[in-house]
Amino acid sequence: MIGAIYKRLEKDRRNQMTIKGPNLQRSDPKLSDRIIHPLFVRITHWINALAVFIMIMSGLKIYNASPIYPLQFPPDITLGGWLAGALAWHFAGMWLLAINGIAYLVYGVLSGHFWRSLIRFQPMAAYRNIRLELKRLILHGTGEYNPVQRVLYTAVIWIVILLVFSGLTMWKPVQFQSLAHFFGGYDQARKIHFFAMLGLALFTLIHVSIAMAVKGTIESMFTGRLAQKPPKKTGAPK
Amino acid sequence: MSAGNPKNPKISLRDFRPQISRIERRLFLKQGLSLGALTMLSGCTLKDDDAVDKLLWAMSRWNDRVQAAIFDPAKLARTYSEGDITEPFPFNAYYEQPMAPVIYGPDYQLELGGLISDKRPWRIERLRELPQTSQITQHICVEGWSAIGKWGGVAFKTFLERIGADTTAKYVGFKCADRYSTSIDMPSALHPQTLLTLDFPGQPGETKYGFPVKVRVPTKLGFKNPKYVTEIFVTNDNPGGYWENMGYNWFSGS
Repeated sequence: MIGAIYKRLEKDRRNQMTIKGPNLQRSDPKLSDRIIHPLFVRITHWINALAVFIMIMSGLKIYNASPIYPLQFPPDITLGGWLAGALAWHFAGMWLLAINGIAYLVYGVLSGHFWRSLIRFQPMAAYRNIRLELKRLILHGTGEYNPVQRVLYTAVIWIVILLVFSGLTMWKPVQFQSLAHFFGGYDQARKIHFFAMLGLALFTLIHVSIAMAVKGTIESMFTGRLAQKPPKKTGAPK
Repeated sequence: MSAGNPKNPKISLRDFRPQISRIERRLFLKQGLSLGALTMLSGCTLKDDDAVDKLLWAMSRWNDRVQAAIFDPAKLARTYSEGDITEPFPFNAYYEQPMAPVIYGPDYQLELGGLISDKRPWRIERLRELPQTSQITQHICVEGWSAIGKWGGVAFKTFLERIGADTTAKYVGFKCADRYSTSIDMPSALHPQTLLTLDFPGQPGETKYGFPVKVRVPTKLGFKNPKYVTEIFVTNDNPGGYWENMGYNWFSGS
């Protein structure tokens, strides 16, 4: 459903909007060579995608062993077959998630990727028209994260950090007892871990829906370059 | 400009649009495939001998080593007050409660084996003569639930010293009256809160929590806390255990 709404918005944009922005002239050969997703971000993104699927699917199986709420997850969306298998997946997947995540965070800080893509907002100010600004709020495929993307991507980074630390608390409530104290004990950490997982699952749902609805976004997450589009007669700048 | 004009062979991206969309479709399929592959992996459950299961076992052994390195012998599990005790304390085993063994106290003997200098078996009265202590700690099950209980008995370290156990050995193994078995690392066995338990949560006289002897290890998950213990042995070869041999992580520290 999110995908359908998004498709309409994108169609609307293509048909009606003419933005004189530097990033929208997709047929410009120089721009088509430009790397919009750095290789490091692409690699860590897909490793992270795999790790998140392993962690969520095995986590749901672990949850089912002793549900906190009157709610069980269907076995078809779980990983590991039984509790020991799910735990083995979860405690193997955690290394993939953590090492890849730390690499991404270090890269993000040192390369300036976080500053450029998530924090700095100046390019936005270039647009005078408030209507365009609003449209731009959800504009995809320009090689720049739009404001909603910035907020969501920043939020999901913090959600994963919360998942890692609440998870460490559940894994070692005695050895990491200052962490356990911070989260209010083992049982509390378990609830926080659960709700953070729901947040991550919701993000993934929105993220994947939009990526599938907006043509070329998945492709450019592999190639790193803007997906090539023929210039539209209705919308292309002259 | 267009591909249809042979005099102007300038290449336009438009000409390759069909090919590009084919590539896009292929990428999309590829992703679908990798998701499909992931669901195929859900068949890997530690019960087979395929490559992924071998990797999962190897990661579990790696996690044993990491947990042993993280383990701080001086760090104590949090203790609680009498008012925090969970009542009734949940029964948990690999069988249903009516199957729990009932042991007649006066006939009971705790056997000793392996790297222990004094292997004479112990009766309950003699265990009662050793210095007694008690604790109120949180029991965390591998399934995720937890309960707070009060356990009393002999500090396990005191007992190991008393029987002349080789505390430089690596493992302490347990065999139980319900044919359960488990084993722990020596540093966890020597932890000040590890307890050779003679008093259990719940009503006195109830046997379901492990009468007459349970080993309470508050720095480990519940299944590493054997009940109805009939034999304790010290060894340098990892004895594994009932659940551990099926795929649960061996160290399972808290």
